[in-house]
Amino acid sequence: MDVAIVGASMTPFGERDAWIRELLAEAGRACLDDAPVGREAVEHLYVSNMASGELEGQTGTMNALAHDLGVLGAYAERVDQTSASGAAGVYEAWQSVASGASEMTLLVGGEKMTHRETAETSDVVASVTHPVEYKHGVTLPAFGGMAARLYMEEYDVPRESLARVAVKNHANGALNPDAQFQKAVDLETVLESPVVNDPLRLYDYCPVTDGAAALLFCPVAVAEEYTDEYVRVAGVAGATDTHVVHERPDPLALSAVAESGRQAYEMAGWEPTDVDVAELHDMVTVLEPLELEALGFAERGEGWRLAEDGTTARDGDLPVNPSGGLKARGHPLGATGVAQAVELYWQLRGEAGERQVDCERGLATNVGGFGNCVITTLLEAGAA
Amino acid sequence: MSDDGSDLTAHRCPNGHLTYPGHGRCPDCGEPQTETVDLSERTAEVLTWTESVATPSGVRAPNTLAIVAFDVDGQTVRALGGTTAAVEIGDTVEPVYVDQLRDPEASLRARESQDWGGFRFEPVE
Repeated sequence: MDVAIVGASMTPFGERDAWIRELLAEAGRACLDDAPVGREAVEHLYVSNMASGELEGQTGTMNALAHDLGVLGAYAERVDQTSASGAAGVYEAWQSVASGASEMTLLVGGEKMTHRETAETSDVVASVTHPVEYKHGVTLPAFGGMAARLYMEEYDVPRESLARVAVKNHANGALNPDAQFQKAVDLETVLESPVVNDPLRLYDYCPVTDGAAALLFCPVAVAEEYTDEYVRVAGVAGATDTHVVHERPDPLALSAVAESGRQAYEMAGWEPTDVDVAELHDMVTVLEPLELEALGFAERGEGWRLAEDGTTARDGDLPVNPSGGLKARGHPLGATGVAQAVELYWQLRGEAGERQVDCERGLATNVGGFGNCVITTLLEAGAA
Repeated sequence: MSDDGSDLTAHRCPNGHLTYPGHGRCPDCGEPQTETVDLSERTAEVLTWTESVATPSGVRAPNTLAIVAFDVDGQTVRALGGTTAAVEIGDTVEPVYVDQLRDPEASLRARESQDWGGFRFEPVE
C-alpha cells in the first residue's frame, strides 16, 4: 500500500524549559492541527526517543503522549534506535500503514537534553558503545575526530573543506526560524574555535538540544480524500554496521549508510541523480561528505569537494541540509530523524520560506551510533 | 570468554577469521570462535587518533584515544584504546595494562556489568 504524509510540525529547537512530555505533546498537537483530520482518526501512535529514562527519569512516554493528545484507544509504542530513533519511527509509521494495520499513524520524536551537564549527556549517548570502547571513555564525537584525521590523511582532504560544511549549514540555519542556531558563521570562526576532538573543533559539532517534531501518515488513497497536497513515501530502508567501530574493515566506508540507501533507492526505483535535496546526519562535519560518498553522490574520497564547489549549497545542484542540519537546527536525538523528514515535507510542498529550494524528490539519512544503525528515507511530492 | 577488553585477546574461528573483541559466533561466517591470540605482548601501529578535551563523566581529560592495528601472521586486527603519550599516525605502540581506565562510580554503566581494567597504548622509542 502506498503511504502518504499529510501533516507535519516541529517545536522550536534549542534550550527549552519544557520537559519531554510537554515537548512531545507540543509537536503532536501542532501536527494534528496542521493535518486535515481530527485526533479521533489516529489509530497508531509512535514515539521516537532515545533516552528520556536516563536523561530525565521519565519512561513510558508513548502512553503519556496518547493521554496528553487525547488519542486514547490508539496502539502506542516507543521506538528506540539511538540517534536514529527518529527515522526508525518513520520506518515504523510507514510499516504500520503499508501493512494495513493502521489507516492513520501519528509519529512524534523528541528529546530533552540541556538540563544535564554536558559530561553526563555525553556519557548517556556514549553508552551505546561496546564495553571495549566504553571503558576507554570514547564518545561518538571522538570517533568523529578519529575519522576526520584518517579521512584527511588517506585522501589529502584539506581541513578547511570540513569547516565549509559547518559554514554552509549555519548559513542555512540562519533562515530557519525553528533552528537552534540562526546565525551564519565564517570559515575563520570555525577554524579558530576551541579544539574539542583534535583535529575537530567546537563548530564542527552539533549542539546539545531540546525539541520535538511530528508527522502524520496514512494510505495515499485516504490522503486523496482530504487533500491534493500530500507527500509520498517513495522508499525507506534501514541497515546495521558493526557495534564495535574499530572492527570495520574500512572505518570510513559507512556501510550501513550505503546499504540503507541502496535498499531505499531500489524500493523507489530511483538513482542518486533523481534526488533534488537531501537532509544528512551532520552530527559532526566529517559525516556529511562520508554520507555523500556512501549514498552514491560522490566517489570515495571525493565527498568533501561538494561543499567546496558549491554543489551542496542551497543554490547548488544538490542542496544538502537546507534546514541547517544537525549542526545548526540542533540534534535532540529522538527528534532528529523526524525533523529531517519534516524539512523535506515542507520543501516538497514549497513551504520552506526563505530557505526553499527547487525540488520534487528528497532524501533523508539518519545515523545512530557512529554509523551503527542507519535509516534512509525517500520522499516525493504529490500524486502517486 | 571475556569480551570486555580486560585481557586484550583476539578470537579466531576455524575459517581463520580473527576479531577483537571476541563474539559468540564469528561475524563473518557464523562459526564458533575456537582459538585465541594474546595481543598484549605484541606491538601495533597507530591507524588514527584524537585528543578529546570534553570527556564523559568518570573519564580523564584530556583523553587521547587511538585505533591501532596488530599484524597477526599477515592478518590485521584492530583495537581502540587510550594512549599514554602523544602519538602520530604510523607510530609503533605497545599495550600497557591499567587497573582502572575510568571511574565506574561516576559512569552511567553499572560497575558490575564489566571489568574496568584494560590496555592503553604506549609509543615504542
